[in-house]
Amino acid sequence: MDLQTLTYIVVGATFALYIGIAIWSRASSTGEFYVAGKGVHPVANGMATAADWMSAASFISMAGLIAFKGYDASVYLMGWTGGYVLLAMLLAPYLRKFGKFTVPEFIGDRYYSQTARIVAVICLIVASITYVIGQMKGIGVAFSRFLETSYEVGLFSGMGIVFIYAVMGGMKGITYTQIAQYVVLIFAYTVPAIFISLQLTGNPLPQLGLGGTIASGESLLATLDKVLVDLGFNEYTAMKDTTLNLSLLTLSLMIGTAGLPHVIVRFFTVPKVADARKSAGWALLFIAILYTTAPAVGGMSFFNLINTVQPGEIAAEDGALKYEDRPTWFSNWEKTGLLSFEDKNADGRIQYRAAKDENELTVDRDIMVLANPEIAKLPNWVIALVVAGGLAAALSTAAGLLMAISSAISHDLVKGVFNPGISEKGELFAARLAMAGAIGIAGWFGLNPPGFAAQVVALAFGLAASSIFPALMMGIFYKRMNNTGAILGMIAGLTSTLVYIFWFKGWFFVPGTEMAANTAENWFMGIQPESFGAVGALINFAVAIVVSKLTAPPPEHIQHLVEDIRVPKGAGQASAH
Amino acid sequence: MSTSANQYWRANLRLVSTLLVIWFIVSYLFGIILVEPLNSISLGGYPLGFWFAQQGSIYTFVALIFIYVWKMGQLDRKYDVHED
Repeated sequence: MDLQTLTYIVVGATFALYIGIAIWSRASSTGEFYVAGKGVHPVANGMATAADWMSAASFISMAGLIAFKGYDASVYLMGWTGGYVLLAMLLAPYLRKFGKFTVPEFIGDRYYSQTARIVAVICLIVASITYVIGQMKGIGVAFSRFLETSYEVGLFSGMGIVFIYAVMGGMKGITYTQIAQYVVLIFAYTVPAIFISLQLTGNPLPQLGLGGTIASGESLLATLDKVLVDLGFNEYTAMKDTTLNLSLLTLSLMIGTAGLPHVIVRFFTVPKVADARKSAGWALLFIAILYTTAPAVGGMSFFNLINTVQPGEIAAEDGALKYEDRPTWFSNWEKTGLLSFEDKNADGRIQYRAAKDENELTVDRDIMVLANPEIAKLPNWVIALVVAGGLAAALSTAAGLLMAISSAISHDLVKGVFNPGISEKGELFAARLAMAGAIGIAGWFGLNPPGFAAQVVALAFGLAASSIFPALMMGIFYKRMNNTGAILGMIAGLTSTLVYIFWFKGWFFVPGTEMAANTAENWFMGIQPESFGAVGALINFAVAIVVSKLTAPPPEHIQHLVEDIRVPKGAGQASAH
Repeated sequence: MSTSANQYWRANLRLVSTLLVIWFIVSYLFGIILVEPLNSISLGGYPLGFWFAQQGSIYTFVALIFIYVWKMGQLDRKYDVHED
């Protein structure tokens, strides 16, 4: 059977499964629409959180970044896992004890202020929409390859599917669907990795294979270092960026992870406070399976890519692959426009080099994971499986994010502030309308994405890190924090980070509106926009603490509320409230 | 806040601080700041600093959360603030 047909069958079968589950567990009340009736087992919730969390950025984009950046991409690995430690120890159990539907609701109650709640909604929407843009890029790449069309057509098809999918279900449907999606995506990610690790190093565990030796008897990583240097690049395992930038980016991703509302809301769905802690551990364990495999996928796919285009000696004239001999996957990806060849020296061969004037091969990093099994000549069913896995990752996260956006608008803004008397039906309608709007906006940005999927997502984390995380953390750990401090802190953190990003990426990511070129010389202290969230968070903490000290302390009942959320005893029931 | 609740909270903060120090050491210290000197040591075919950045830190993070779950369970019962 040819690849196209097989892909249709595998993708179709997995979609039928998700939709089947969604229909079977259709949300009936508003409470269930948002938090699944609070009765989800910690292991099941951990698995659903893992699917919710691991997006197109993790599945499709991250290993590609690792492939092309080598060691420097470690920040994504550490940042997106280390954040769970913060989430488990600093936020999840306390927010579960507090027991509300949404993150802005906590902020509004803790800071006894509707303004705080509205500011939190704005922070949430800005971070989540940016995140959905990153997903849209990933979905566009996956669909364009799968349908063998241009990126734009792929993007529009993906938007349609996400819309139908997210609007139909609700959180309850999503929890069970996400468990199915986790199984599909982890299977799709690890199977090709095991195959390739066996092919290259004879070790079935990719985590060990990356440190293994290849057929020549040399170590894989050492060979990769050597080949890259010969092609004019830096060593794969060497640090290329600055320590400051790498540390700040890791920190931004970590605290952003702990501040992302669509992940936090998952911890409202378990029965007990102790379960919220456990659930974070299980979530990270399930995530770690993919995250420890990703470095192997990155390194090995890159090794295979170089060996394909450079089968002979690098110095030899006939060392590079002839363009007319290019494999099928190469020409298939050329159709999407995400891989291109320009014969600069007119010798009909594909020279892949570090030097810009000599390099003839341009590869969009986001295609590496999807192209990886084809490059390694794995069977067609594996390739079809990877496409299905990538779509599962992108869909599950997009749905979770859209849920967070729509609940912030319908529950916190419409019901909480503007129209408290709205019927359940009206609230659900507002939620679905908000979702449709968010998909449209994200799709529009997805046409001109401000970076690779993982980089756009990194921006979203910076925004969450600078705005939501400090307000939540101080709400629990600093009893003296008052409404004015928290509000001004959130505004200062969000604005500084947003302005810094727009300054170098263009206002609202519109190309051509940058205030300065996005290069290291222009950056403040050499800090790249993706890393600025950590600085924004510091600004948030500083402003909040200073302002709070200068203004009146929070009323007594709020101080009691903080004392109460610090102990697990007396947590609300696992039913909807 | 009552004395017992106060002690519980302090014990909690002590535990979390200890675990976060380890969290910092395996990621920022071994994975970024000291990565170059550590890379001269080899572990299972990996340069050690590179291994911490791409593998070791992640394994440690998982372990840290489960240690936290276990220790907090003990604290909850010791200070009688656990759920039924």
